[in-house]
Amino acid sequence: MELLLILVLGLLYAGGIYMILRRSLVKLLLGIILLGNATNILIFVLGSLTKGKPPVIDADFKIFQDVYADPIPQALILTAIVISFALTAFAIVLLKRVYALVNSDDLDDLNTPEEEDI
Amino acid sequence: MIDNHILAPVFIHLLTAIVQLIAWRKTVTQRFLSIGGTFLGLLIAIRLFTKVYNEGILTMNASNWDAPFGIVFVADTLSTTLVLLTSIAGFAVSIFSATGLSRQRMRYGYFPIFHFLLMGLNGAFLTGDIFNLYVWFEVIIISSFVLMTLGGRKAQLEGGVKYMAMNILASTFFLTGIGILYGITGTLNMADLALKIQLVQNQTLVGITSCFFIIGFGIKSAVFPLYFWLPSSYHTPPSAVAATFGGLLTKVGIYAMYRVFSLIFVPDEFTKDLLMGMAILTILTGAFGALIKTNIRRLFSYLIVCHIGFMIGGLAMFNKAALMGAVFYLIHDIMVKTNLFLIAGVIRQLGGTMDMTKLGGIYKEYPKISLLMALVLFSLVGIPPLSGFWPKIYLFQAAFEYNQYFYVAALIIGSFFTLYVIAKMWSEVFWKDPSSDEVIEDKFKPLPLFRKILLILPICILCSVTLFIGLNAEAVIQVTERIVNQMLDTRPYIEAVLGK
Repeated sequence: MELLLILVLGLLYAGGIYMILRRSLVKLLLGIILLGNATNILIFVLGSLTKGKPPVIDADFKIFQDVYADPIPQALILTAIVISFALTAFAIVLLKRVYALVNSDDLDDLNTPEEEDI
Repeated sequence: MIDNHILAPVFIHLLTAIVQLIAWRKTVTQRFLSIGGTFLGLLIAIRLFTKVYNEGILTMNASNWDAPFGIVFVADTLSTTLVLLTSIAGFAVSIFSATGLSRQRMRYGYFPIFHFLLMGLNGAFLTGDIFNLYVWFEVIIISSFVLMTLGGRKAQLEGGVKYMAMNILASTFFLTGIGILYGITGTLNMADLALKIQLVQNQTLVGITSCFFIIGFGIKSAVFPLYFWLPSSYHTPPSAVAATFGGLLTKVGIYAMYRVFSLIFVPDEFTKDLLMGMAILTILTGAFGALIKTNIRRLFSYLIVCHIGFMIGGLAMFNKAALMGAVFYLIHDIMVKTNLFLIAGVIRQLGGTMDMTKLGGIYKEYPKISLLMALVLFSLVGIPPLSGFWPKIYLFQAAFEYNQYFYVAALIIGSFFTLYVIAKMWSEVFWKDPSSDEVIEDKFKPLPLFRKILLILPICILCSVTLFIGLNAEAVIQVTERIVNQMLDTRPYIEAVLGK
């Protein structure tokens, strides 16, 4: 299971970095999303995967007697997912507005000289 | 010591923003609320600062969960000083925004977002949990995205794309670093991390993890290979927004670096060399970039980059004198850079443009305002006895002591080029006769007196704080010394948080 996840996150990182190095706005967005997901899986893997061992102490004991699944990485990922959801939503709207104004998908076209306005 | 008032600087801005959301589209009400809210925030920050200065480090455990398990908020001298400076800058910017911003932007929620940004900044300074720091960073960047693009001009949106992409990337790096750090230590509390990181067998892995933090915070604070987004986006938003960004946002990156690299990863030789190399190149590229710019705000953007190098260099040497210089410079820089962008906004009102080649003759028209601006520019350059001068003494002294001659050279070049570009700007904008074929549209003169005062008052406030820092350097040095002692000896911080 861990090996599979490591391969997946490697692929996601590689794909994400490739995408943000492209010049297209859409690929930039996809790259950012892929990198974000790769990071989430990385945290998941680093929290050391444990199957079927919930972090619940038996009624008779005061401390854990066995290995247990760490709940913190999952809480972290949940937070990170919510945040990246908001950021991605904003990014999509921004890129759509930019596309409507510039009428180009190429990042190199985003160099209009400054307009004067307060 | 446990004290729940630590979070007051965060809550006051949250509260202001919520009340402003209720008064949606009522721009006059929002203006009064904003000035009132930032003023209250300033009072709270002063109270917190004096309390921490007199009583030592204060902590607050969220929901009463004990330190390494729950989220903890810590107010030590470094955090409270930065909260105080943020509050002063926020107060000044909110007065300036009341007239220096188009009504259209206010109608679409400028003020609530501005307060959410201040909330995020105060939260980032006060938290003692590294994942919570990430969350505050996200609060800051999402507010800053909206402020950056509010108004929807073409140049603004284009700047916004670069700004957004680089900042999300920085957060991804930071989050990756946190993930690995949690994987090797099993804790997120910064004080606990400081203890656990020493027990890790594989110190090379720790070194590699610290590189993620250098890249993440490096993008945010705009150091050498990662600064390109700053000059290509900071000249686009309105001046009030640019002032908040220029004065405060890059400094959060610097604060995070100071905190993480003094508490968690104490710099080893490799990290010191890396940071020093980055600092020197940041100073040089910022200085050379500023040389060729004719737009005032682009010039100031490069000066931000240049002076970030001074502060990183101080951290790279990591000894008392160098850190004293760096922290003092940070205090001075927040005030001056905020003021610079406000001045750029006023110059635009006076001359109708920010292009130095088209401006001219402002000194003849407005001698008093020009002299006020000159004081700020002198502080930036570091004419003794103004505020930019004192930190440089410490930086030079430390650099000579530890044989960092390249850094000495970079400091001299950086300071000299700052002087040169400011002198050039002064003669172009204030002294030169305006060319006769350009029609200068003075938007300042027809304004009613009250609005004129609202535009100039924030510059006066920040300028008087800068003068205080410069002329009463003794007091600032005492605060700085306490900050640096807490950075070098982190035991009081760890004891305060973990209660050992």
